[in-house]
Amino acid sequence: MREKKIRYFFHSQEIAPYIFVLPFIISVVLFFIYPVVDIFRLSFYKTEGIGLSKYVGFENYKNLLTDQHFLTALWNNTRYTFWTLLILIPLPIIVAVFLNNKNIPFRTFFRSALFIPALTSIVVAGVIFRLIFADTDTALMNQFVHLFGIKTQKWLFGRHTAMFVMVLVATWRWLGVNVVYFLSGLQSIPDELYEAAEIDGANSIQKFFKITLPMLRPVTIYVLTISIYGGYAMFAESYIFWQNHSPGDIGLTMVGYLYSQSFEMFNMGYAAAIGVCLIILVFVINILQLKIFGLFREE
Amino acid sequence: MVKSNTIRIIGIISIFLFLIIISITTLLPLIFLVIASFKPAIELFRFGLSFNIDISKLTLKNYEFIFSREGSRFTTWFFNSIKITVVYVIISLFFSSMVGYALGVYHFKGKRILFYMVLFTMMLPIELLILPLYKEMVYFKLIDTCGGVILPFAVSPMAVFFFRQYASTLPKELMDSARIDGCSEYRIYFQIMMPLMLPAIGAMVILLGMNSWNSFIWPLIVLRSEEKFTLPIGLSALLTPYGNDYETLIAGSVVSILPVLILFIFNQRAFISGLTLGGIKG
Repeated sequence: MREKKIRYFFHSQEIAPYIFVLPFIISVVLFFIYPVVDIFRLSFYKTEGIGLSKYVGFENYKNLLTDQHFLTALWNNTRYTFWTLLILIPLPIIVAVFLNNKNIPFRTFFRSALFIPALTSIVVAGVIFRLIFADTDTALMNQFVHLFGIKTQKWLFGRHTAMFVMVLVATWRWLGVNVVYFLSGLQSIPDELYEAAEIDGANSIQKFFKITLPMLRPVTIYVLTISIYGGYAMFAESYIFWQNHSPGDIGLTMVGYLYSQSFEMFNMGYAAAIGVCLIILVFVINILQLKIFGLFREE
Repeated sequence: MVKSNTIRIIGIISIFLFLIIISITTLLPLIFLVIASFKPAIELFRFGLSFNIDISKLTLKNYEFIFSREGSRFTTWFFNSIKITVVYVIISLFFSSMVGYALGVYHFKGKRILFYMVLFTMMLPIELLILPLYKEMVYFKLIDTCGGVILPFAVSPMAVFFFRQYASTLPKELMDSARIDGCSEYRIYFQIMMPLMLPAIGAMVILLGMNSWNSFIWPLIVLRSEEKFTLPIGLSALLTPYGNDYETLIAGSVVSILPVLILFIFNQRAFISGLTLGGIKG
């Protein structure tokens, strides 16, 4: 009798959905909510020796404000985010508009060619770009600039050239993905809008600014959001070039600093404070996007 | 009229040329990598990637090396990657599709909160939580294991979101008629609704598989010993300034792209739909 009741309980239509979502609840509590709480808690402690920790209040945060490495990392991420946004939004929009033109042959080929770098892991990108931008005279990029009479550069050792290479890797890997996003946005614009504009005598440029761009707004906001947090969470690009020890911190990022503080210096509390700053930064940006643009509003 | 036609043709030709140039620029780095992988190791070490290509010197030796006994660590990493990717994709599909399905077809208390939770976890990059997650893995004794790489991401919020979108379009009349026939909710899911979600599952196999195959930061933290490394971690360990294992590095990089590339060539549609449906139609 009791067994039957239990059986009935699990099989009822009211209970079933909760059983279905149970794995997500467990996973979110264990691998999201608890870690977020833990990182906030940790950020108020100072690690002394192995496993010993002392409550220090806001000391870690105070130290961050005067920590030259942290400020450099924050500045590097900000510059990196700025450049990736400046390139990886307008360029993909233009390419997507071109690819959406039905008179252009081989459109599938172009789309695939641009997308293929996104299939490679960051490590493969690192292998390629480290060799292309090596500091020898025979490295590809140096041979290329020699054609213009520029002498051999130590690409990965200069503040500006290092940033240039990192942004270039991002452009190479993400151009095709963003093109695909914008293409899918373009395909949802009804043709009638363009036809109506044509009857009113609008030219291509007017159609682009008055119809295409406004209609792409939701996609643009989405790409903007993921690019901003992608920019601030960037770590792998820098890691593959310098293994986290770039000369003069030219490639230091916030996640990279968090990584070295926690896994090399075992300075867990301090690393946690860096993590909290990042979480708050990303959270504020996302909430602002949600508030301003109302994206992801359900139904 | 004739004049505007000429302008139109010139426009199309210049767009076409622009697209050709930009595609070639994108593909060139990969083409150079493939060419370099056929160069003898000594020449590779001295010149890296370069314009100098001596066709008579090109050789398959690097590929022979990485699959040989001396180059066996490549094979180890390769099979580690395959193992982790396959296990991850199966586990993740099972759980994520179940959750997404429930969020898509049922009405129940707390559904809205759960949905916001999905969106929220989707929007927070995992890089920020590596420290507490690492501590948890130490606690669970999962450091340097496959389980440690897979477990924290077994339920993928991105996949949940995707399956939710897909499941909400499924015909609910089927569920009702199955209920009248006395089917339990679980049988309805596994025997009736899940088969209907196969296209979505296909798209997610590819996207989750690619993410797992290429994942870098988390395996870098969890995996400690060389014989446990995945391919990206193993290759990145060779990327040191003092390393000279160029055969493994370059031929290995080429081989590491191949599985995803082959999948992409045959399933472009699944890649694209997985990417865009999960992303935009919120």
